[in-house]
Parts: sequence; structure tokens; C-alpha cells
Amino acid sequence: MDGEHVKTWEARCIEEQPPACTAACPLHVDGRAMLGKLATGDFSAAFALYARMVPFPAIISHICDHPCETACRRAELGGSLRIRALERALVEESYATLRRSAQRNRKPKRVAVIGGGLAGLTAAFDLAMKGHAITVFESEGRLLDRLHTDYDDSLLPASAIAADLGQLASLGVDVRLLSRVVAGDGPLGLDFLIDSFDALLLALGRGPRPHLGGSLDLDADSHVVVDAASGATSHPKVFAALVHDRPTAGGEHPPYSPVGSMYDGRRAAVSVDRFLQGVSLVAGRSDAGAAASCLYVNLDRHAPEPAVVPRDGAAGYTPDEAMAEAGRCLPCECKECVRACEYLKHYGGYPKRYIREIYNNDGIVMGNRKSNRMIDSCTLCGQCGEICPNDLAMGDVCLEARQSMVRQGKMPPSHHDFALADMEVSRSAAAAIARHAPGTTASAYLFFPGCQLTASSPAAVEAIYAHLRQRLPGGVGLFVDCCGAPAQWSGRVDMHAAILDRLRDSWRDLGSPVVITACSSCLKGFEAALPEFQTRSLWTVLADVGLPDGARAALPGPFALHDPCSGRKHGDVQRAVRDLAGRLGAEVRELPGGADLTPCCGFGGLAEFVNPEVTDKIVVRRAGEDAADYLTYCAMCRDNFARAGKRALHLLDLVFPAGDDPAGRRDPGFSGRRTNRLRFKIDMMRKLWGIDMDEPQVGLELVIADDVRADMERKLILVPDVEAVIASSEASGEHVEDGVTGHRIASYRTGHFTCWVEYEPAGSAYIVHRAYGHRMQVRVLP
Amino acid sequence: MTNVTPEGAGDPGRFTCSRCQVPLVMGKVEASYLDHAFPVELPVCPKCGFVYISEALARGKMLKVEQALEDK
Repeated sequence: MDGEHVKTWEARCIEEQPPACTAACPLHVDGRAMLGKLATGDFSAAFALYARMVPFPAIISHICDHPCETACRRAELGGSLRIRALERALVEESYATLRRSAQRNRKPKRVAVIGGGLAGLTAAFDLAMKGHAITVFESEGRLLDRLHTDYDDSLLPASAIAADLGQLASLGVDVRLLSRVVAGDGPLGLDFLIDSFDALLLALGRGPRPHLGGSLDLDADSHVVVDAASGATSHPKVFAALVHDRPTAGGEHPPYSPVGSMYDGRRAAVSVDRFLQGVSLVAGRSDAGAAASCLYVNLDRHAPEPAVVPRDGAAGYTPDEAMAEAGRCLPCECKECVRACEYLKHYGGYPKRYIREIYNNDGIVMGNRKSNRMIDSCTLCGQCGEICPNDLAMGDVCLEARQSMVRQGKMPPSHHDFALADMEVSRSAAAAIARHAPGTTASAYLFFPGCQLTASSPAAVEAIYAHLRQRLPGGVGLFVDCCGAPAQWSGRVDMHAAILDRLRDSWRDLGSPVVITACSSCLKGFEAALPEFQTRSLWTVLADVGLPDGARAALPGPFALHDPCSGRKHGDVQRAVRDLAGRLGAEVRELPGGADLTPCCGFGGLAEFVNPEVTDKIVVRRAGEDAADYLTYCAMCRDNFARAGKRALHLLDLVFPAGDDPAGRRDPGFSGRRTNRLRFKIDMMRKLWGIDMDEPQVGLELVIADDVRADMERKLILVPDVEAVIASSEASGEHVEDGVTGHRIASYRTGHFTCWVEYEPAGSAYIVHRAYGHRMQVRVLP
Repeated sequence: MTNVTPEGAGDPGRFTCSRCQVPLVMGKVEASYLDHAFPVELPVCPKCGFVYISEALARGKMLKVEQALEDK
């Protein structure tokens, strides 16, 4: 697979982007996860998530300026989550569970932190946690002096400050109070400290520092000159916290922010740690601070809900109130495609994760390729691409992965063998037709019904072909073949190209007519790969030339209209179908999502051959979206709905009904479809061109109960397969007899598949009790 | 599918080879797929070597091994 493609696809899935609260917090507290734990009553886990990012949880939960709440997406739906109040509830409930232990550092460095405010102490905390030996120099007589003076005890109790400072002391941080560091080489001189420590970190706030001149470069306003990217000063061992509330060049004065101060200290500590490790100060830094989130959240999915108001405002939330308030968290996530698609839902993740798994799978040389089935289970329908805010379609990823698997010889043979063999039958001389209309030698048009419509509704194909011949001038030839979609979907690039070449040759031989196709997949495939066909949809043609005179819908409806996924982009076809249904007098209504977001019926991408568990979920979900009979214009969609027990019609069933209840027509199944295809050619050749083909040999008389037949369909075993086994067994006598049931059990291998049949003779017929098979070969060892 | 599930490994003698008219016995068999081969014990006809594979085996362990080999 192309690594650049993979990177582009991954970048388009934004599911792993941080939610708005996390992005807005300079310390990136994971509000979504924290509130998730809290909502379930797991206070200690929620608190651990908070304290992992916030060194001083007791203090900050009282005075945080909570940019998270401003960004919270719940704001539009009843008010932002009261995150700071919830953090305070966490501290009240779980502070006693706080356990911190610094990393063991085999080569601890000595770091001096100049300034004992929130920035300096955050830096001291972070560096102490990394195992360094920290000494804090504070000019005042106590740490966090500003907090004591700026905040009333009712807002920030001294006990909260004391608790957090106690935690800091437990990490072994050495604190020197009343220690004002100045330039020079005295005992508190900067030059002396530079000699005594491995690194220095200045966290002195935003004022000018003339007393440091001489040891460090100062600007014209006596501020220490600091590199904006790294916090480096003029001395390589000295770093300074960049100050969030320093006036900007434009003269603005950003407000003081406690959490902003902590971020200032944290960023400086990263520079010091990088310096101590001898690595780049700037390369690959991911500490950019507060930002906007690009995570897409569909707010329409959520109902407004007002914030929980604590009964005792001064005391804050009780545990129950906190859980209720946390339960208002949406939580922010995209997963729009996952909600809509049973395939994406089935594997428990989301596209970004799947893309990574698929790419890893592609690169495996030795070992198990665990994602093969996942790759081949996508229907390639494109619905996710329509839903995704960044137009990411998983089908593009899966198709490229399949092509790579085929190139590497790593495509599991069992996934597509059956479908490709079925396609070859459709393309064989026994089924394919490419002829001018009877009695003509030229064709202005060529009707290409598609291999599935002839297999599902051969009589309707015959009738509509007659109608086209009657209405269109210049001759309408008949082109019965496969468009090659199965080859394309299965990643067989060369096979697909060879199929297209043959189609092009046949089309040229017939004088390059305009191709009219009834199938959306054929239309899509020809437009992409054979633009010279100038392909038109049967439905837009019928909208132009009209339906047969007096045609009325066999049933009045109402019908729910299911658009095939491969026709998603063909608005003209969608409009023509609705127009035709209206002309027939059928009442039609839209299914959820309309034509734009229509899901696959399960056949697309050959997914149903690989993962029927997933495709059953897809078709059952779609079938349940409306109680009305479904009307569609794709033979496979119709048959798949019928197989799922949903009453469904093809648009041609409305015009040319077969039987009394066209919506109740059963799924012909793989066996029935194959028989119909072969029968269609024999009948057409005789009726239209007067050519008699060899009739298929009359086979054995088989009695197959409905449940056995359905089981065979699920196992992709056809009636002719079963017939071959019994014929071989009866001719050779090679079978076993079950002493309990008296049934005969025999096998016959064709290609890569051994088919077993359990049966019993009944007069001239054979009752089939079961069929099954395997790909493995067995032989007795001598 | 109301009939009894045919079992093989537990009671090979339940099945008789129709051609040779002898009960099956457990015998050594080589199973192979995608260039991998391994020995297994399965019900076989002691005279002609017909190997019987039950549905439980084909749809169970055999299928798992086939899928595992396909994902190699």
C-alpha cells in the first residue's frame, strides 16, 4: 500500500482529536474521560485522571479559570458542564487517594528553580517527578505568596494550599525561602548558582528583572531576553518560563490565568529536561498549549439538558449531584460513519484505527495477517465518505488494501473464489450475448441488462428489451455479460482490465453504440473505466422514451424507495426512477438518509461472501427502516431484501409483474440465479434469433427441502455441485453408509473445493439431507 | 436439518464403506492446504482408503485451520 495515501487517509479521520475541553485547557486535562468515570461513580479513577495533568489539584479546583467550560460543546445544549465544580467534588471525595512517586533516575541532575509561584512550582513538580533533584529559591517568606494575597480564604482556603504543598514536599523538593537571587557570584548570585547546578529555571512572572543584568542579557525594558520557542536565555544552562499574561506587541494585556501559569512552568520544565538529556530544545515538541478542537460533534444527536445546581452553593456538589452533572457530558466524539454502518460498528473501532491496522496488516512478512477478513468485509458502498466531515471513504482504503493483497499473493482464496467463478459463468459462452437486434445489422444502442437482472428477472429483461427496440430508433442490440465489478471489488486489477478489454472489443464489433444499462454498478463501472461507451441508465432512457403504453403499477404501494449504493452519485437516475414510479401511479416515500446516504444491501464489495455475519446485519437494519414494501432498481438489492424476509420489488416488477404478488417473489438464490442466466440465453437465442442451443442435460431428480436449500446457499454450495457429488457416488459406489440413519455420504472435488453430500435414494429420486465442504485435501498415509 | 449429526471420530465403525463393505476405522491421514501438510487421525476405509470427513470437522476445526493458513 502507498504509505502517503495511508497518511492522508489517517489524517482525515478526526476521531482521535482531543475534545473541545481538553484542547482548550493548557494542561490538556482529559475532561471527557474524567467525567465519564465520574458519571459512573468511579471518583478515584476520575480524580487520578485530573491529578495526572494537574500538579496542584486542591488549589486549581478552587481557582481555575476553566477555559474548558468556555469551550464545552454542551454550552449550546443547556449550558457547559461545570467542570471546575466537578473537579472540586473530586478533590473533596478522593484527595486522600492521591499517591505520587517520582521516577527513579539513575543520573539525577540538580536543577535550581528561581521563583516559588504556580509556574515555578509546576516546573519543580514536573522535574522532580522525572527524578531530578530540585531546589526552589523564593524571595518571599512563603511559597505561592500571590495566591495567599490575591484570593480570599473563602475562595481558596489556606488548607488547600497547604495540602498541595505537602504533596510537593513529599517528592523531596528543597525549598529556600527569603532567598532573592540576583546577578553575580554571591551565595544567591546567578553566576554561583550556574556553577553549582546543572540547570536553572527562572519563573519570576512578567515584571522587569534589572537585578539579573550582568549575568543574563536583558532587553531595553530590563526583561530577560528569552527565545520564544524554547525559553532559552543568553546562558545555555538558564531557561525562563515564557509568561502567558505578558503584554503583547499590540499592547494587549492578557488576563492572569492560574492554569496558564502552570502551563508556563510546564513548558519551561520540558526545555530544561530536553537540555539535561542533550536533545533538541524544539524538535517534535507537542506542548503547544490551548487550542481549538477539530473534533466533529453532531449536536443534533443530543437533547438539551440544564446544568445540575448544587443544593448548597458554598459547599459545592455532593457526590450524587456531581455524578448527575458529569452525566450531562455528551461525550464529544465523531463516529458519525460508525453509527451509520454495521461494518464499521462490527469491529469496535473507527476508521483511523482501522486504517492503521490495515496498513500494519499489509506490511506483515512473517506471521498472521489478522485484518484480512476485516478488509474484505467492507461493501465499498461509499456511505461513510458521504457522512464524514472530511470525506474519508473506508472503501478506498479497503480496495487499495485488497489490490495489494492480490499483488503480494496474500489474498485468502476462500474469500472471492465463489464470486469470481460465478462471474466467469456469466461471462461464458453459455450465458453471454453480444448481438444486433434480430433482423438488423446495426445498432445505435446496446442494451446491457447486467448479469444479476437477467438472473433475477429474466422475463422482465426480455420484456423491457422488446420495449426499447420498439421505442428507440437505429436498432438496439443486446449485450448480456458481466461488467467486471466482482473482479474490481476483489482487488484483481489485471483480471478487471482483461474483462474491460473484452467488453470494449465486443462493443466495437457492434459498431460502438450507446450503451444502456439497467444496473447502477455497471453504469458506475463503465463511466469510470469505459467512458467511450457513453453509457446511459435504462431509467433515464425510459423517462425520455416513456413506459409501455398503459403501464400501471402492479401494486399501488405505498413503497419505500431504496436507492442502490452504486448509484449514489447519479442524481439524474434517482430523479428518473421517482418520475417513472409516479407515472406508474405508485406511491413512493423516501427511506432515512435518502439517496445520498443509502447503505449497501450487503452484496457490494463481495462482502457477503466473506462475512455474512456483517452483511446480514446491514440488510436486516436497512429492511427494518420502513414497514412498507421496498421498491428498488437493483436486482441484487431486491433479492437480498427478499432473502432477509423483506417484501421488495424491482422497478421492472411493477411494470412487468411476475405472479400475483410481485413483492413476495422469493430470492432465487445463487443456484436459481445461475439457472436463470443460462436459461435466459437459450430462450433469447431461440425466440429472437431462431438459434437453438444445446439444452442442459437433464440431471438427477433431487429432493431438497427448503431448510436444506437455504443452508446450501449460506455455504455457497449450488444444486449442480450436489448433483455432481451424487452422480459420481452412484456411478462409482464410492461413499460410506451411516449405520444409524442409513444415509449415504459422498464427496466430489472440483477446483479447490471438496463438496460432501449426505443423501438417500428414494425411487428414481435422491433426497438431499445436507451438503457441506472444505478446501483442505486429505489422503491416507501409507 | 432435522437429521442426526453424523459423528466420525468417536465411532468410526458406525460408517461402512459401501464399496468394500467394511466398517471404517481410525487411520493416519495427511491433510494439506496451501503448501502446508500435517498428519491427523480420521475415519478411513481400511481396504480402499476412503477418508470420511464429518460436517462437524469440516465446518469446525478444519475451517479454522484453513482460515489460519490463508492468513499466513
